[in-house]
Amino acid sequence: MFGTYLVRELTNRRKQTAIIATGMALAIALVIIVNAVAAGVSAAQTSVLASVYGVGTDITVTQTPTAPTQGSNGTRAGGGPGFDFGAADGRTADGSTTLSQTHLGVVRGTETFDASSLDTIVGVENVAAATGTLALDNITFNGTIPTQRQSGGTTDTTPPPGGLDGAGGSSFNVDTFTVLGLDVAGAAVGPLTAVTLTDGRTFTAADAGSDVVVVDSAYATSASLAVGGTLSISGTDFEIIGLVASGSGAATASNTYIPLDVAQSLAGLDGKLSSIYVQAASSNNISQVQADIKNALPDATVDTQADLASSVSGSLSTASGLLSSLGTWLSVLVLAAAFLIAILFTISGVTRRTREFGTLKAIGWSNRRIVGQVAGESLVQGTIGGILGVAGGLIGILLINLFAPTLTASATVQRVAGFGGGPRAGGGGAPGETAAAATTTDITLHAPVTGTIILVAVALAILGGILAGAIGGWRASRLRPAEALRSVA
Amino acid sequence: MYELKNVSKSYEQTRRRVTALDDVSLSIPDGQMVAIQGPTGGGKSTLLQMLGALERPTKGTVVLGNAELSALPDTKLASIRAREVGFVFQSFNLIPTLTAQENVETALAPLGVPGVERRARAAAALESVGLGDRASHRPDELSGGQQQRVAIARALVKEPDVLLADEPTGSLDEETRDEIMDLLEGIWRDRGLTLIVVTHDSAVAKRAERRLHIKQGKVTEKK
Repeated sequence: MFGTYLVRELTNRRKQTAIIATGMALAIALVIIVNAVAAGVSAAQTSVLASVYGVGTDITVTQTPTAPTQGSNGTRAGGGPGFDFGAADGRTADGSTTLSQTHLGVVRGTETFDASSLDTIVGVENVAAATGTLALDNITFNGTIPTQRQSGGTTDTTPPPGGLDGAGGSSFNVDTFTVLGLDVAGAAVGPLTAVTLTDGRTFTAADAGSDVVVVDSAYATSASLAVGGTLSISGTDFEIIGLVASGSGAATASNTYIPLDVAQSLAGLDGKLSSIYVQAASSNNISQVQADIKNALPDATVDTQADLASSVSGSLSTASGLLSSLGTWLSVLVLAAAFLIAILFTISGVTRRTREFGTLKAIGWSNRRIVGQVAGESLVQGTIGGILGVAGGLIGILLINLFAPTLTASATVQRVAGFGGGPRAGGGGAPGETAAAATTTDITLHAPVTGTIILVAVALAILGGILAGAIGGWRASRLRPAEALRSVA
Repeated sequence: MYELKNVSKSYEQTRRRVTALDDVSLSIPDGQMVAIQGPTGGGKSTLLQMLGALERPTKGTVVLGNAELSALPDTKLASIRAREVGFVFQSFNLIPTLTAQENVETALAPLGVPGVERRARAAAALESVGLGDRASHRPDELSGGQQQRVAIARALVKEPDVLLADEPTGSLDEETRDEIMDLLEGIWRDRGLTLIVVTHDSAVAKRAERRLHIKQGKVTEKK
């Protein structure tokens, strides 16, 4: 009887069924689409951040920079590298002196900290992996100056005959490339996860302590380098074992990559790091890991992907903002409206069917049976709405994926302007100048569909049906049979 | 057998209290056909609802068989209505979305009668009121007289001890009225159930073996 009555009601009161189911379907479709687009935008953001900060990195740890002191680490006051030449330095020939000096030091704007911090971080609960790096600049000064002449106690003011042009002229050349020292055994997280091997090989654990280098392919092209060749870093020849390509926006991108211990030794920074990349055991642990690291290393700057996401701008950021504000609220509002429509129509239906329920009570139907009947009808209406909503949502997602709108994403990364060319973003600035470099990426939005979203949507529809049915059934149960019949009379 | 003792029923209405039944004492033996007449608002329907376990008295007791209706909880009253009392209404009160057969089956649903038996009994009930060929029709596809026959079948299908009819011919023309009353009277005679009919129509009331008159909540016997 329950099933027959239910089917008859739903099919003979099509208008009410259609309105409730349509309202619910719209809400469910919107929930599915908003969630799928949000997941797509989130994936796009993750993709942008992965290209900037490396795959799998949940947290980055750096040291807050302090004002440099003169002579520290070969720098001048103000933080720039210094080159000191003695009277006997250089090679003199034909009235000209050729000078050359290489400085390998920490990238300006970054601060080193003790490598024991890495052990501290590895010991933090829910840290799955962590690796440390040392970012360095290799700056080579080359110059030709005329040889100075002195006679007696007076200085000869006539121009020297030597120099570049034979008339006392000078020429200077400064060549810079970046060197990133990294743990050759730890590839699960960190800078190497943001690059792609294009030639040769990448590091193995056996490369620790070896003078081997992996070179960025763009830099290799500009500097005419190839696998099997050599590259001089701070006066030491390194064998080029591989070429890698990195996104131009990668914050961790470097011209060259060498074993961490070698980098520390060459730069005179034994036991020092400039960054640590941390992977949490689970995305749910990131906040806790961040807080624990901050507690363990109070002087460190600890950033999560969420902090880094704020550096992503462009239409991707706009879409993300829209989804997190308008999209979510729109979903909630439409869902609430659908629930309200379902409840009001059910109550209205109960009111309209007062005589019917009064009659059923008069012939012996219990309140429980009547509540069950009303709730069953609402549940089926909600479920129909849920199924239609899932279908509508899937069609909407299909259309989004077919049209695949392109979003632009700009990731702003703090960098140090170099002297020469190379892949370093922001290159071209004054030497040693810190610059905010924005790299723009076009990302095609794909809205993924997950079983969870569909299950949640159907559950919401069923919940709406149950809610409407419960309220409608409660109204029906409160009808006193005599009053219900009297109201008809 | 019904036994009403000092039954009163009052309703609170805006700024006034309405007494629908005023100290009514009454006995109705099993198998009797009773007609209740009286002016509109006199308390006829309230008395019928009291007899049908749809209302509890404000004062006094209503006993049906061994059950004191005024003291039973709602669930027990629903059970008594489901098993022992059949209702026929002036406006037929059929469920518009269900067929004649399904409307009759609704009376068996609370009794937990299995589907096959339920359908068979409903079909037999419709046959007994002459509507075997209209089982699949919905109420809006039936005439007033046919709808009332379906309502009577619904009331009889559970084989009640009491049949309560509230103005059963009030919406019908004279010819159909007589047909319906012939049907009810025939059922009463054949099945030996108690038939209580509320009516304005003296022609209907004259068919009853006992006539009650109710005015301003007071019941009197009418000779």
